[in-house]
Amino acid sequence: MERERKLRILIAKPGLDGHDRGARIIARAFRDAGFEVIYTGCHQTPEQIVSTAIQEDVDMIGLSILSGAHTYSFPRVLELLRENRAEDIAVIGGGIFPLEDIPKLKEAGIKELFEPGAKLQDITSWVSENVKPRKALDV
Amino acid sequence: MSIAEQIVAGDVRATARLLRDIDDQIPSAREFLKELYPYTGKAHVVGFTGSPGVGKSTLVDQIALRCRQDGLTVGILAVDPTSPFTGGAILGDRIRMQRHFLDSGVFIRSLATRGHFGGLTRSTNDMINVLDAMGKQVILVETVGVGQDEVEIVHSAHTTVLVTVPGMGDEVQAIKAGIMEIGNIFVVNKADREGSRKTIRELRTLIDLGLRHRPENGWQPLIVETEALKGRGIEELYHSIQKHREHLLANPQHLEEILWKRARTQLVEALKDQALRTLLERLENRGLPLDTLIRRILNKEADPYSLVHEILNEELR
Repeated sequence: MERERKLRILIAKPGLDGHDRGARIIARAFRDAGFEVIYTGCHQTPEQIVSTAIQEDVDMIGLSILSGAHTYSFPRVLELLRENRAEDIAVIGGGIFPLEDIPKLKEAGIKELFEPGAKLQDITSWVSENVKPRKALDV
Repeated sequence: MSIAEQIVAGDVRATARLLRDIDDQIPSAREFLKELYPYTGKAHVVGFTGSPGVGKSTLVDQIALRCRQDGLTVGILAVDPTSPFTGGAILGDRIRMQRHFLDSGVFIRSLATRGHFGGLTRSTNDMINVLDAMGKQVILVETVGVGQDEVEIVHSAHTTVLVTVPGMGDEVQAIKAGIMEIGNIFVVNKADREGSRKTIRELRTLIDLGLRHRPENGWQPLIVETEALKGRGIEELYHSIQKHREHLLANPQHLEEILWKRARTQLVEALKDQALRTLLERLENRGLPLDTLIRRILNKEADPYSLVHEILNEELR
């Protein structure tokens, strides 16, 4: 009667912009898809985000950003995950990015980026297909 | 180092992962819990409960900060509800606890009820043990926003803090039994609001009435007025919690009563869990999975009571 593991996701807003409508909507969409979403609010530093992701043992971090600071904060989150031996946690982004930044961010290790206009259904399906709950600890 | 050794040494990653396995009811998690059990029993567990929106998360945040000022390490378990329709959840208690995210002396875990009633999750007691073994000196447990009868916290915490706000006067009257009986400390939060004095008066009356019924443990419940957002009353609340702890230490009988109930709950829960799991496995092996039995009930070929009787007769001989 082992239950299926539940996907745990952290939705975080790095940086200084306080427009979290998008983050809230995606958090709600993930909830409706049956995931457990940890929502931490605005103005998070990459250090806070990674610390939360590890304590909450999430499978994925969704970063929402509108300020243009993604060129710093996204790679920094990835770097901190590596430093903490937690690079198995997938990172995706949502928000506004200049087109030329997208390949760079993906190359840096961001798994997928969703721009304005992306359908919620497409985002949740992408997550269901591409992010799997991690394996149990070995005794 | 084994996983258990890593946890006892305070490793955050190992701890976080075991908590997940416990929450997901992975059978192997039990093996780690067995190893960790000898390291438990040191932490002071403080429960915060009350209706949704009364300020539990903000109070937990403030008390955690105050504990840190005294150099105490803190574990926090914060429960939010699971959607009964999708099974998903939004866990937002951390929003009020941001200042602790980079403090290695604080470990925060957000939990979803996952269909469990009672204010906590089925995993909470085991998780308290893990944080205790990890070396957290104070463990703050925030229940899901509760109504009148979700009193499970009292079997998990040494000290139970019941949080309310002014203007729930009539409600206070209505909930004399149940949740109002479990507080060792009552907090009237948002005390800048109108009606604070009235709420305190009513609480005082309820407590005095209650004491006549249960004078045995010698603890006079305390009432603290707070404005958690501004930090007002936090010092008094912190000292009230300490006072209750000292009371327990000075009254070993009372402490044993609490530990007894907690151990009993844990034993019974573990037994239920394991027994049910074993029974279902055996039924499955006999070619009688749960679905088959349910179908027989729906087809009116059997009733649930006789089925249980049959199953137990067969399996527990």
